[in-house]
Amino acid sequence: MTARIGVVAFPGTLDDRDTQRAVRVAGAEAVPLWHRDKDLKQVDAVVLPGGFSYGDYLRAGAISRFSPVMESVIEQAKAGMPVLGICNGFQVLTESHLLPGAMLRNNHLHFICREQKLRVETDRTAWTADYTAGQEIQIPLKNIDGQYTADERTLDMLEAEGRVAFRYLDGNPNGSLRDIAGITNEAGNVVGLMPHPEHAVEPLVGTGRTDGLGFFTSILKKLVNA
Amino acid sequence: MARVVVDVMLKPEILDPQGQAVQRALPRLGFKGIADVRQGKRFELEVDGPVDDAALARIHEMAETFLANTVIEDFFVKVEEEK
Repeated sequence: MTARIGVVAFPGTLDDRDTQRAVRVAGAEAVPLWHRDKDLKQVDAVVLPGGFSYGDYLRAGAISRFSPVMESVIEQAKAGMPVLGICNGFQVLTESHLLPGAMLRNNHLHFICREQKLRVETDRTAWTADYTAGQEIQIPLKNIDGQYTADERTLDMLEAEGRVAFRYLDGNPNGSLRDIAGITNEAGNVVGLMPHPEHAVEPLVGTGRTDGLGFFTSILKKLVNA
Repeated sequence: MARVVVDVMLKPEILDPQGQAVQRALPRLGFKGIADVRQGKRFELEVDGPVDDAALARIHEMAETFLANTVIEDFFVKVEEEK
């Protein structure tokens, strides 16, 4: 039996289909979840994909965070269920206070869409175990509210506890403090990042790199070996 | 019916690139002498019933949990005159 990984769709979500596909390419079963449904259908892990949930009204992720599905996701994440937030999903995780800090408009105010080089800073999370700490990967980045911010005390804590999971390389694309592209919670089950691993899992599409596949094979191995 | 206004502003220490872009556009449009611009949000809440301490406490809670993200934003609640 393989692992069941839920992929949430909110109104305005864009990347749920690509994320489902990435889950399947890694060898797991993708289970679509709907924002109005509190039932997580007994999935083993959840991905919150990118897009513009609820039109980014109020703030990116602010309204999604109070949706019925998120009530269950927040509860289960606190109990240890692995959750990955990509782009808008990362914004939802910070709005939910599952991850510290917040997202601001990019410092140059432009929408960015490009290949972005990252360093995976830790392999001690549910979603990065298949990488080695310090490994460099390149995956797409596409957003306008991608500037990670937090107060100095929080940033120092993240660094000290090894919770900066990904850092931008070759130039900071959006003004994120300390070049932070993604972070993890203390337990390593909740991870959020702005770039898009689900768009880089097959050699045939995109730029031909499969650097993002490791997110999905990491979680699959963890769940199957559990 | 009374109106309660909630203003939400980015905290002073948080960079406001949109405010900066507005400020930079001003001289070009002939508006001189503006040293800084900060952009925020204003919510106008039409309240059913009296705006008493209990109602204001609920609005405060609403602002803190939903209208503002207190990691990056401050909020200010004020009651407007009843018409």
